[in-house]
Amino acid sequence: MSFEEKEMAENIKRISGVNPRKCMKCGKCSGTCPAYEEMDYHPHEFVAMVEKGRIDELLASKSIWTCLSCFACVERCPRSVEPAKLIEAVRLEVIRAQGANHLKAVQIPELLDEKLPQQAIVSAFRKYSK
Amino acid sequence: MQRIGVFVCWCGTNIAATVDVKAVAEAARKEPGVVFATDYQYMCSEAGQKLIRDAIAEHKLTGVVICSCSPRMHEATFRKTVEAAGLNPYMLEVANIREQCSWIHKDRTEATEKAVVLARTAIAKVSLNVPLTAGESPVTKRALVIGGGIAGIQSALDIADAGYEVDIVEKQPTIGGKMTQIDKTFPTLDCAACILTPKMVDAAQHEKITIYSYSEVTEVTGFVGAFKARIKRKARFVDETKCTGCGECTSKCPSKKNKNEFNLGLDNRTAIYIPFAQAVPKVAVIDAESCIKKKTGKCGLCQKICGAGAIDYEQKDEYIEREYGAIVVATGYNPIDLAKYDEYAYSQSPDVVTSLELERLMNAAGPTKGTLLRPSDGTHPHTIVFIQCVGSRCDDARGKPYCSKICCMYTAKHAMLIREKYPDTEVHVFYIDVRTPGKNFDEFYRRAVEQYGVDYIKGMVGKVVPHDGKLLVQGSDLIANEQVRIEADMVVLAAAIEPDKSARSIATMLTASIDTNDFFTEAHPKLRPVESPTAGVFLSGVCQGPKDIPETVAQASACAAKVIGLLAKDKLKGNPCVAHVNEEMCNGCSTCEKVCPYGAITYQDKEFRVPGPKRTEIRRVASVNEAVCQGCGACTVACMSGAMDIKGFANKQIFAEVDAICR
Amino acid sequence: MTFSYYPGCTLKTKAKDLDRYARSAAAALGVEMAELPEWQCCGAVYPQAKDEIATKLSAVRALMAARDEGRELLTLCSACHHVIKRVNHDMVSDENIRTKVNNYLKPEVPYTGETKVIHYLEMLRDTVGFDELAKRVTRPLKGRRIAAYYGCMLLRPGNVMGFDDPENPRIMEDFIRAIGAEPVVIAYRNECCGGYMTLENRALAQKKATTVVDAAASAGADTIVTACPLCQYNLDVNAVGERVPVLYFTELLAEALGVKEAEA
Repeated sequence: MSFEEKEMAENIKRISGVNPRKCMKCGKCSGTCPAYEEMDYHPHEFVAMVEKGRIDELLASKSIWTCLSCFACVERCPRSVEPAKLIEAVRLEVIRAQGANHLKAVQIPELLDEKLPQQAIVSAFRKYSK
Repeated sequence: MQRIGVFVCWCGTNIAATVDVKAVAEAARKEPGVVFATDYQYMCSEAGQKLIRDAIAEHKLTGVVICSCSPRMHEATFRKTVEAAGLNPYMLEVANIREQCSWIHKDRTEATEKAVVLARTAIAKVSLNVPLTAGESPVTKRALVIGGGIAGIQSALDIADAGYEVDIVEKQPTIGGKMTQIDKTFPTLDCAACILTPKMVDAAQHEKITIYSYSEVTEVTGFVGAFKARIKRKARFVDETKCTGCGECTSKCPSKKNKNEFNLGLDNRTAIYIPFAQAVPKVAVIDAESCIKKKTGKCGLCQKICGAGAIDYEQKDEYIEREYGAIVVATGYNPIDLAKYDEYAYSQSPDVVTSLELERLMNAAGPTKGTLLRPSDGTHPHTIVFIQCVGSRCDDARGKPYCSKICCMYTAKHAMLIREKYPDTEVHVFYIDVRTPGKNFDEFYRRAVEQYGVDYIKGMVGKVVPHDGKLLVQGSDLIANEQVRIEADMVVLAAAIEPDKSARSIATMLTASIDTNDFFTEAHPKLRPVESPTAGVFLSGVCQGPKDIPETVAQASACAAKVIGLLAKDKLKGNPCVAHVNEEMCNGCSTCEKVCPYGAITYQDKEFRVPGPKRTEIRRVASVNEAVCQGCGACTVACMSGAMDIKGFANKQIFAEVDAICR
Repeated sequence: MTFSYYPGCTLKTKAKDLDRYARSAAAALGVEMAELPEWQCCGAVYPQAKDEIATKLSAVRALMAARDEGRELLTLCSACHHVIKRVNHDMVSDENIRTKVNNYLKPEVPYTGETKVIHYLEMLRDTVGFDELAKRVTRPLKGRRIAAYYGCMLLRPGNVMGFDDPENPRIMEDFIRAIGAEPVVIAYRNECCGGYMTLENRALAQKKATTVVDAAASAGADTIVTACPLCQYNLDVNAVGERVPVLYFTELLAEALGVKEAEA
């Protein structure tokens, strides 16, 4: 692991409060994930890749935008690793950079429909923008 | 003034790498009373012990300090060494400069400094040591075995074969334990009942063995060689001496819808029942909670038809008290309650079963007579998913942190048996690791895969959803890196095992220690694996840690060997480090009597000389039963007049140690 | 009994039904819901990062306001309940977050998580009692087969939410029984509906919502009830194929208590 990789991994661990070393590589998180099919890197890979310092690939992954934050992986992990927190931390690394918002206000009108609750918009902003 | 010798051990590099042993010996030499100090590579070796013996003779030593590993490790060894050289064994002190010093420090200067202080402390103490002589107590030549599973039975048989009396106390109506519920055993696939029931019969017929079934140990007092146990014989409402086990009553009993414990609730039994055909003793028992006569006073059918006149609705719990020289704990295990793991839908679908339930579903004496059928609708399952490690290896509030050890093998067995008997069945096993360290174990598992075509999937199941009579299993295949979905007819969960719930209360009763998982702790994890740290208490089977049947039987026999070794002695040397009363100072307040956990202190009226015309007076003073006292020291701290002391750990010795540390 | 009440944004706009039926039903049950005089949007998702402080402040303000009123805080929307309950847990258990939040807000009395956060369903179960509720029902929903959809937010993580068994909950089924209907336990009742993904990846939300509604339809449910506006939206709008009406549980409650028309 290069120095940069190590530093990035440490940062993700600090933001998330997750210790990927607790993982016993059972794959239950990915077994239970409802967004699995939409992801390029899956929950168990997030844990393994943060451990190995492969953050660059995760920063560019599709998965950080498709995690539903349903906490199924958090609830069911037998080692209390909490993969969802890692995914959130990687996403924050992206959107905390200036101009890197994934969802912009101008996009909203076209996404609206009559019934769409505010909650959806607020959630999406919280998840995708800073 | 004592003539003290100090011996500093290197323990190879264990101590010497972190502690400057020569400097410790050097510093010790300057302490008052020390006439000789040296260091050596392995003090516990024969050469090391000879060095000590020679030094005692040459320098006329009266006290010895060994700076080495923990006294738990070698104190007994070194006591023998000094005794061989003519010293009283209690004129020895061990300063622990390994576990409490070299192993926990990294800095050599700091560690050496601490080792010097520890040596100094032991020297200060040994200066005040006085020779002590251990008392002797007789050994009751009978053993108590708590738990009548395969572990308890094997221990009992071995002890009895050596010629000693053994009582087995089993809380269930029959002995046999979990193994009675198992269908076949790995890796040989012989039938569990075929190998267990002869042993159960042997135990019952052995002239030296008494079985107290449907009984519980409620109280234990005393100490090694002289335990006293109170055993509750629960009322079974059937006279054990009269019942012939004909089973007539069980076929006529009108209360039929009661959960059958033997088949894990998969079918029902009558209120009066015999757990299973090979039960030992083969005697009926009435479950008072479901007996119509016991509940309403009406019925009494079983009494009317019993040809032996064995039914007694008025039977009461009885208590017996017996003395034992040794106690074997063989309390066993249970699978954990899976209600907390309902992502696998155990409490939502009857077709999600535990592995033990599957044993019953495959057993000829089980609820389906040995044909594997789905509990929900009685149809043949065609796709079966096994999930490993349910509740094992967990770091959450729900499960257990340890590997349950037996699941990999019994799952391979189940998968293999199903594929053999029903070749049209698809069998998938989700696993994290397959752990097969045992003779012919890995070969067995490979046979399941290669010969029987069991589909092993590396990954865990995330969720089981009961839907439309099927079980939708969604899990990880980590090798293929995909999420797999299987529509299963049955799901079998390899539930973690945990010590029987009685472990905690029995440990308390015996003052034996248990770990954070309620497994009994052994006296030494490697060198004394079948003994509890509490003298006279021995461990057999899964109560000490997860084990399969061969390991359990091996440990049970090892445990029996230790018990036989104890019972073979006529007398036991006690611990001389017991409480001692200074009668001149005792004011008879009874405080010590109240705090003593062993009931070792009583009070006596004694005549003492006093100045003045009366010459004598009668005073009430404490008296210690040295055979009962365990030397815990509770009385010494409770005594307000300072009259109580522990021999070998007198207050002035402790203070001398504190002074030496603070100097 | 009086609770401080946190309605949340969506209940003031698209999910008015969830709110108004809750109020009329509570009135009928003798429970007073005192809406907090000032409240801000909770943020709708719980910020999981250890270093997120600002995004937790609005929840703390609501918690603190309830404490100052000396009352328990009642919530209704699943998302609000989730956010407020978890932030409260942080205020109890995470010293770093607690210190920074208090340093920032500078309240007269520092807030350390003393407010009890109660969901409306918990209030029905624990304060009113389902047995008592059943007695108060004037128009039992006889013959109705109702499926409860819990979603994620009320249940997980179970050790923080403490709402019900996260894998096999029963509170909504007990509720359905109390209002005289027959609960239909359905597959996927605690699996995600698609959530906010409807904005990013509508196809995914459709897939998730459809699975749930299909399960309810094949189990023969005539209605699905939920406590979450976003779940209601996804199941109602995004599910394709067979449809089952998706209502807020409060609407059925008001109906069973005979106070629905008074509202409408």
